[in-house]
Amino acid sequence: MKVKVLSRNPDDYVRETKLDIQRVPRNYDPTLHPFEVCREYTRALNATKLDRVFAKPFLTALDGHRDGVNCMAKHTTSLSTLLSGSCDGEVKVWNLSKRECLRTIQAHEGFVRGMVVRFCGTSFFTVGDDKTIKQWKMEAPGYGEAVEPLNTILGKTVYTGLAHHQKEGVFATCGQQVDIWDEQRSSPIRSFTWGVDSFSSVHFNPVETELLASCASDRSIILYDMREAAPLKKVIMTMRSNTLCWNPMEAYYFTSCNEDYNLYTYDMRYLNKPVIVHVDHVSAVLDVDYSPTGKEFVSASFDKTIRIFPKDAGHSREVYHTKRMQHVICVKWSSDNRYILSGSDEMNIRLWKASASEKLGVLAPREKNAANYRAKLREKFKHFPQIRRIAQHRHLPKAIYYQAKELKAMKDARRRKEKNVRSHSKPGSVPVLSEKEKHVVTVVK
Amino acid sequence: MAQKQAARFDLLLPEEAGFLEGDENEDTCTISQQDIADAVDITSGTKYFDLNLSQFGPYQLDYSKTGRHLLLGGRRGHVACVDWQSKQLMCEINVMESIRDVRWLHTETMFAVAQKKWLFIYDSNGIELHCIRKFNDVLRMQFLPYHFLLATASMTGFLQYLDVSVGKEVAAICTKKGRLDVMCQNPSNAVIHLGHSNGTVTLWSPSQKEPLVKMLCHHGGVRSVAVDKTGTYMVTSGMDKKLKVFDVRTFQNLNSYFLPAGASCLSLSQRGLLAAATGDVVQVYRDVWSSPVRKPYMAHRAQAAACELRFCPFEDVLGIGHGQGFTSILVPGAGEPNFDGLDSNPYRSAKQRQEWEVKALLEKIQPELISLDPTQLGKVDLGTFQQKHQDRVQALGFDPLAKEKFVPRHKKKGRSSAGNVDRRKRQVANIDQRLKFLTVAGNGTKKEVKQQPQLHLLCDACFLVLVKYYTYTHTHCWCKQRTLTRDKVF
Repeated sequence: MKVKVLSRNPDDYVRETKLDIQRVPRNYDPTLHPFEVCREYTRALNATKLDRVFAKPFLTALDGHRDGVNCMAKHTTSLSTLLSGSCDGEVKVWNLSKRECLRTIQAHEGFVRGMVVRFCGTSFFTVGDDKTIKQWKMEAPGYGEAVEPLNTILGKTVYTGLAHHQKEGVFATCGQQVDIWDEQRSSPIRSFTWGVDSFSSVHFNPVETELLASCASDRSIILYDMREAAPLKKVIMTMRSNTLCWNPMEAYYFTSCNEDYNLYTYDMRYLNKPVIVHVDHVSAVLDVDYSPTGKEFVSASFDKTIRIFPKDAGHSREVYHTKRMQHVICVKWSSDNRYILSGSDEMNIRLWKASASEKLGVLAPREKNAANYRAKLREKFKHFPQIRRIAQHRHLPKAIYYQAKELKAMKDARRRKEKNVRSHSKPGSVPVLSEKEKHVVTVVK
Repeated sequence: MAQKQAARFDLLLPEEAGFLEGDENEDTCTISQQDIADAVDITSGTKYFDLNLSQFGPYQLDYSKTGRHLLLGGRRGHVACVDWQSKQLMCEINVMESIRDVRWLHTETMFAVAQKKWLFIYDSNGIELHCIRKFNDVLRMQFLPYHFLLATASMTGFLQYLDVSVGKEVAAICTKKGRLDVMCQNPSNAVIHLGHSNGTVTLWSPSQKEPLVKMLCHHGGVRSVAVDKTGTYMVTSGMDKKLKVFDVRTFQNLNSYFLPAGASCLSLSQRGLLAAATGDVVQVYRDVWSSPVRKPYMAHRAQAAACELRFCPFEDVLGIGHGQGFTSILVPGAGEPNFDGLDSNPYRSAKQRQEWEVKALLEKIQPELISLDPTQLGKVDLGTFQQKHQDRVQALGFDPLAKEKFVPRHKKKGRSSAGNVDRRKRQVANIDQRLKFLTVAGNGTKKEVKQQPQLHLLCDACFLVLVKYYTYTHTHCWCKQRTLTRDKVF
């Protein structure tokens, strides 16, 4: 007779001393772990609930401006530095980690319209309503030194926007025309006009560094090549775009924010139709900024909210608002992809987390693994009705909630009418226009 | 995925399953328990023991999920919890009422006792925690560990579910089948199997008032039902003295055995051994479903007629409750050798148990999710999707997911570069796009164009035949419509 009976030595399964951690032998045999899907679903449901419970995105407000914040600029080399310009011509330099103002400069009379940090991070440019372009040193002046700009250019007209080249000492301004300036000269090296009297913003492409895009008041977005004498092409839309932002990773895409409450992502090569229309705001969108990964962007709106959109989704994944935040004029996504900064009418700059329920600070490896696992579960089960309901629910201020409802009713009514017209007219005479095609008037080359 | 991972970790599993092999011409079923206990090591030898409890029997029993703790309930009111490996008595009480069934709840700190009238919950010190008056005349109980549900079958024909984490009755189903004294659960999908006096076995979930499945298994009443760990096989025994094996996925009878005395109760071990009690003899069978079995793997005669059998999880031990008390016998190869520490750890400390309890409660599966196929939640619900899509199309007046219409571009410049030729060829590979090209080209009347696709279909067919039979001398296809170039044939 040969016999063997299971007989375990407890020493193999119990820790030796109290100082050790407990031994946990694993057996991954699926029959020992029944209800795999049901349990994962329950975990995903819990993860989604916890995600909403811990969604506390607001970190801090930086106050100190004495008028609405009109523009902001990220420092190109330092993560913790932020520059902001207000409607009374003041420029402030902030340290974000200490949450304090380092420096205050009375830069212009009237609004500071645009601000940009030079690619080396040693100086920055501002333009204002007083028709000047000023270059400032990033460092604070020594004791007893007067605060003077490094360089001042007095222009003929008001400048409304400013952008700096990625690598060379060249910058662009916009106002009545788009001007390209050499830092060494006091007159523009090139000026572009295309039958338009005013531009609201100008932006250099981060990859094809000689390309620029600008938003004009004739509802168009115009593309330029700095090396050519004439603009490349423009797309005219039904309403005016306020500003735009290039996708830093796929730099042939740019997203423009429009007065008609929508954002439009365009492929630079095919302007006849936007790639995606991003809806959700209930008032004019004033500013947009991409995350450094190019996967998401944040938009600021006149409806007193900021929203975060995935670059390929039509609806926002997140909306941030506070009771005190007024019309948000400018917004920036920090270069480490973790924070969002918004400047608004009521003189405050607000710091938000980019993912609302993320835990800040150093995470233990197990914490990190658990967070990753939860994120994956949420993604895997996101289409389940119960989970989707919890994940998508956002509390909105009453005004926005009702306005969104009203807008939806209006849209439905228009669609219904169009459908009725189509069904009572000759087949093919009322074509189906997709949302993407509706907002583009024409493309001019 | 899980199977792949399991195969990878298989190498790291430390323990191996037990076995019993006879010498030449020696039947394993003739080997006595005493011989086995003498042959194995001392610790395992002590797992063969008898508890002589002749006063309050016959005894019902239950092992906790980890296999460490044993709960005994005598018909005449005696309840005892024992840490059976160390033989430490945790509590012993007499409830002064008849007891029908006993069952551990999710941990070894609480157990449920079905008494004469009501259902009672006690803790491991023997203190009565609850008397649940909604559950009366309970005969049989099953605990569903991942759902935290206690399913009870009563004398009045009610199948009731108690959520032990919140203390609420989840469902009460009137089965209309009379007295329910045969019950078991399918551990892989938490469906309750009930056996009835008319020979049927019915399958129940708490979300449905009607049985999921009714199976006619025996002529005459069903005496006992057992389902294996993977939820594939069900073993039943009936008054017709037959023992039948069914595939629960297809509900087909795989094997049928005739036992001269009939089996009064059945139990399946984690590794698929079947224990059947016929009177006071307990027989253990191996591989009852794969091939017809001639003789038992092991046999043991208890002191009195057995009324309950149960294999101990993660141990090679079978517990027998009978009229004279309780007997624990050694059945080599019954238990799963490697347990999962995060699921049920026999060596866990109190702290580990508390942590496990919190995690298990967080992962409690809702009772609505109990169905015949537990993986259904992970499958695509195509029907609902199509319905939703249809509704949407109707509301919008057009199909928003429709593929964009193909508009051919007629570029005149640079047509002949190799890359362009290749791309063009690939473009016209699709039949409807080819049709589009023809219509747009406008080199025929509408009528001609309509005839074209048929010809081209034929051409494709001929072309295939051409290639197949290697008749490269043909420069025309058989339907004489289209010239084929030689390089295309190769």
